[in-house]
Amino acid sequence: MTPLTVPPPRPKAPKSVAHEASLVAPNPPAPSMPEPAVQLKEFNAWYGDFQALHNIQLVLPEKRITAFIGPSGCGKSTLLRWINRMNDAIPGARATGTLEIHGKNILGSSTDVVALRRQVGIVFQKPNPFPKSIYDNVAFGVRLHMKTTRAELDEVVAWSLKKAGLWEEVKDRLNQSALGLSGGQQQRLCIARAIAIGPEVLLMDEPCSALDPRSTAAIEELMFELRESYTIAIVTHNMQQASRVSDYTAYMYLGNLVEFGATANVFENPQCQETEDYITGRFG
Amino acid sequence: MPGIVARGSIKGAPARQFQKWKERGILGMLNGAALFSVFITLAILWVLGNETAHFFSQDEVSLGEFFGTTQWNPLLGAEKHFGIWSLVCGTFLVAGVALLVAVPLGLITAVYLSEYAHPRVRAILKPALEILAGIPTVVYGFFALTLLTPALKTFSDSFGSFNALAAGIAVGILILPIITSLSEDALKAVPQSLRDSAFGLGATRFDTSFKVVFPAALSGITSAVILAAARAIGETMIVALAAGSTPKVTMDVRDEIQTMTGFMVQMALGDVSNYGVEYYSMYAVAAMLFVLTLCFTLFGNWIRRRYREVYE
Repeated sequence: MTPLTVPPPRPKAPKSVAHEASLVAPNPPAPSMPEPAVQLKEFNAWYGDFQALHNIQLVLPEKRITAFIGPSGCGKSTLLRWINRMNDAIPGARATGTLEIHGKNILGSSTDVVALRRQVGIVFQKPNPFPKSIYDNVAFGVRLHMKTTRAELDEVVAWSLKKAGLWEEVKDRLNQSALGLSGGQQQRLCIARAIAIGPEVLLMDEPCSALDPRSTAAIEELMFELRESYTIAIVTHNMQQASRVSDYTAYMYLGNLVEFGATANVFENPQCQETEDYITGRFG
Repeated sequence: MPGIVARGSIKGAPARQFQKWKERGILGMLNGAALFSVFITLAILWVLGNETAHFFSQDEVSLGEFFGTTQWNPLLGAEKHFGIWSLVCGTFLVAGVALLVAVPLGLITAVYLSEYAHPRVRAILKPALEILAGIPTVVYGFFALTLLTPALKTFSDSFGSFNALAAGIAVGILILPIITSLSEDALKAVPQSLRDSAFGLGATRFDTSFKVVFPAALSGITSAVILAAARAIGETMIVALAAGSTPKVTMDVRDEIQTMTGFMVQMALGDVSNYGVEYYSMYAVAAMLFVLTLCFTLFGNWIRRRYREVYE
């Protein structure tokens, strides 16, 4: 537990950069890449004897959205879950090479995974709020990591829910069970819960695949806003979604990173035939 | 109807007829089996109610005395006393000690097995624990009488040769597998996705176990504890052997006491042959015990239904 300084009511500091970029949206030109937030070098991952990822070289640029696409089993979720070491819990999962977050390799056994996961939040495919009140869901991570007064905690909870676009819908029933929310609301609650502890990187593993189109639109809109403050990596099976929301796209196949680049380039002018086949739906 | 079909399938008709009767027979047997347990329950209740009514119809006893006084002395002395509370007190004293032993130990074991233990450790530990449930209770009774009580006496001379503590500890060990096994089932039923999200928020294994998984399984755990409590209240052999036969209202676990079940054993095995009032008092005590355990079971089921979290 770090002694508290009230957490992140994160300033909208990086606005300038992010805003310009979003003006040029949907896709900024590739050449002037922002700082790397996450960098993988010669990264290999195994489940037991099965090699799930082969020699991945990849940079996730800071405060941008990077989409991972590819057929099921291609290793995109595995890659995502290595970034905050969620795979630690899986027996037989191991990795070699380097995986750096802001220049610091996090693969070693000396890595403090608790601190790492504060830095790198994750949102899962299925909305999975705790069977607690809405307030306690958001406050959960904050209570784990910081000592706060009730007023400070209230502030963080409100800030997170506002940031996740859920505040107006739930402000009058913060003490009711989170399980009473709709699927889309639950997923936004999970995002609020993740950003409440002030991560720098947000991993999203198919965050919309269990949601209806309207909730999906709400989450995508939210991602655009979060992009101002967070580096986002999203795994998706939805090509339209990848092209809509992301700045960069990585196409993976059979554990290899086949193609990576600015989303516009990947979608309009793919370098590899496989990528084109997959994107156009001829394969996968 | 069969006549019409018969022409085309002469071989089939009797077989079909037989099939029809067979189906009826099977249905009848299944119904009978289901009704049998209902019938037995009702028969027991009827006997219990009848004999209890007979007990209260006697001149020497009254409902006021039964529920209003605390002295239970149906056998000795010139005047017989039937105040149920001393037996109820003994029962709850033993059950209380048992729960104090079994709840912390059982819950910690359940969390360990469900959240921490390596699958191989678990594969050994869980069956070992379930063996505890297979030991005959009379063995626990001797264990309490010949091992626990002497051990307690080395700590303090104030322990009686029969005492509530030794019996309570033995009952606690008896109900330990119930609490552990049912609680572990409840913990295991908590979806992995909740653990994942807790880990994803930087929770340690301890945080995840005690702040997410345990609360999520609380309804199942509570009903496990209540079920175990009902078992402790109804436990007979251990208390008959180790707790003694002196009904009294006390909170002192070093004392010899008597439980409701212990009294019934004494009556059923003892030489009260004249079908007098003390013989019928056994039924009144049994009825009381039945009502108590029924309350516990209903309460446990209610808790489970009321507070169950439904996951997809």
